[in-house]
Amino acid sequence: MRTRFWGTRGSLPVALTSAGVRRKLRAALTYAAASGITDADALIAHLDRDADFAVTHTYGGHSACVELDAGSGEFIVCDLGSGARPLGNALMERAEAGRPRVVNVFLSHVHWDHIMGFPFFAPAYDPAWTIRIHGGHAELEQALRLQQSAPCFPVDFERLAARIEFVRLVPGAVFASNGVEVAIKPQRHSGDSYGYRFVHAGRSIVYTTDSEHRPEDVEEAAGFVEFFRGADLVVFDAMYSLLDAISVKEDWGHSSNIVAVELCQRAAVKHLCLFHHEPAYDDEQIEQVLKETVRFEELTRGDLAPLRISSASDGLEIDV
Amino acid sequence: MGRMGVGEFPAVRYADVVVIAPQDRLDHANGDAFSAALEPYLADCRPGGVHLVLDLSALRYVSSAGLRCFMLAAKQAKTQGGEVVIAGMQTVVREIFEISRFTLLFRVFADVGAALDALSPRAAQAYRSR
Repeated sequence: MRTRFWGTRGSLPVALTSAGVRRKLRAALTYAAASGITDADALIAHLDRDADFAVTHTYGGHSACVELDAGSGEFIVCDLGSGARPLGNALMERAEAGRPRVVNVFLSHVHWDHIMGFPFFAPAYDPAWTIRIHGGHAELEQALRLQQSAPCFPVDFERLAARIEFVRLVPGAVFASNGVEVAIKPQRHSGDSYGYRFVHAGRSIVYTTDSEHRPEDVEEAAGFVEFFRGADLVVFDAMYSLLDAISVKEDWGHSSNIVAVELCQRAAVKHLCLFHHEPAYDDEQIEQVLKETVRFEELTRGDLAPLRISSASDGLEIDV
Repeated sequence: MGRMGVGEFPAVRYADVVVIAPQDRLDHANGDAFSAALEPYLADCRPGGVHLVLDLSALRYVSSAGLRCFMLAAKQAKTQGGEVVIAGMQTVVREIFEISRFTLLFRVFADVGAALDALSPRAAQAYRSR
């Protein structure tokens, strides 16, 4: 199954700034001058090999939207942040190639950054499409209608042409859709949030965002270790440093790279993907967090199997 | 100088400074015991009371639960007008402090002697004449 990231930023979409572009430009030109290479393609190849991701790319700035693609059948999407706009366009194209015009959405919760892309989600305006929105909250429909009503948005929810269904899921039960089994787990977040574990063809992916973990809560941690157990990929909200997450930003509903590694190590997870990046961080800071997380895993691995660690970026694809 | 703590969390008092030294590992398994051992000294960590030095030279690993114990101690001391400082971190623990940003929370010293030099001449003298 392929995990395709369309939006990876937490709380608020952001854009790469001119200052950020200039830093990348300076780093690339400095490298080029030192290398003596004059061919552009050759230079890019060398940069891709030698330079940091933050020099050659950007992590992107769309808010949370992640697609799980089994390669055929109905589409599966986690959250409808601003990344849902480019996702919608891509799904329209793929449907033209024969995929069913059905999208199964799984919402972690209905805070704005996780639903703001829906009014710009092209399939919602096409009567040929069915969009099933799953979640643990009773207010799924209310929230989506509210954000798409006057005076907040010019196109009322009633004017959407697709068939839109809402499915409330019960924690503990396993939901089967399109050959994919989905389990849901309540998480600590203002107004609650839900994590999802998807299993398809023997592979498992956990999507767990907007989830605060308290280091002192042993029972809660044990529950997440079971939920993550043996997963091929865990997409984890690592928005803050541990210090911030348990002090000045306690109760803000997010977690850290440290707790991410600790839980994934205990659960024998194979691949951890850091997600829900702090909107105040630039590319260099996000990459620094990744490097430090990789180092933390090395420091604490002991006799455990290595845990692969990535940092989500808009456009990233991970196959499991 | 007076020896107070025993076992996992030995503590020694030098004049107006208490040095407490968690051993080996600090995690969810012994975090509460560490906080309990720290509590009487922490209660007196205020102006006119004692300074607290966490001597981490014998600590090989600290988890998020253990770091939270340090954070709560620093927070309480600050509220009371006192200070908890860190001394003698081994490489692994130092890196964990840096990655978790806990180095922003504490003054960090190379060893207990350097910490006492900064906190109290009386304590430093007592430490060197022990």
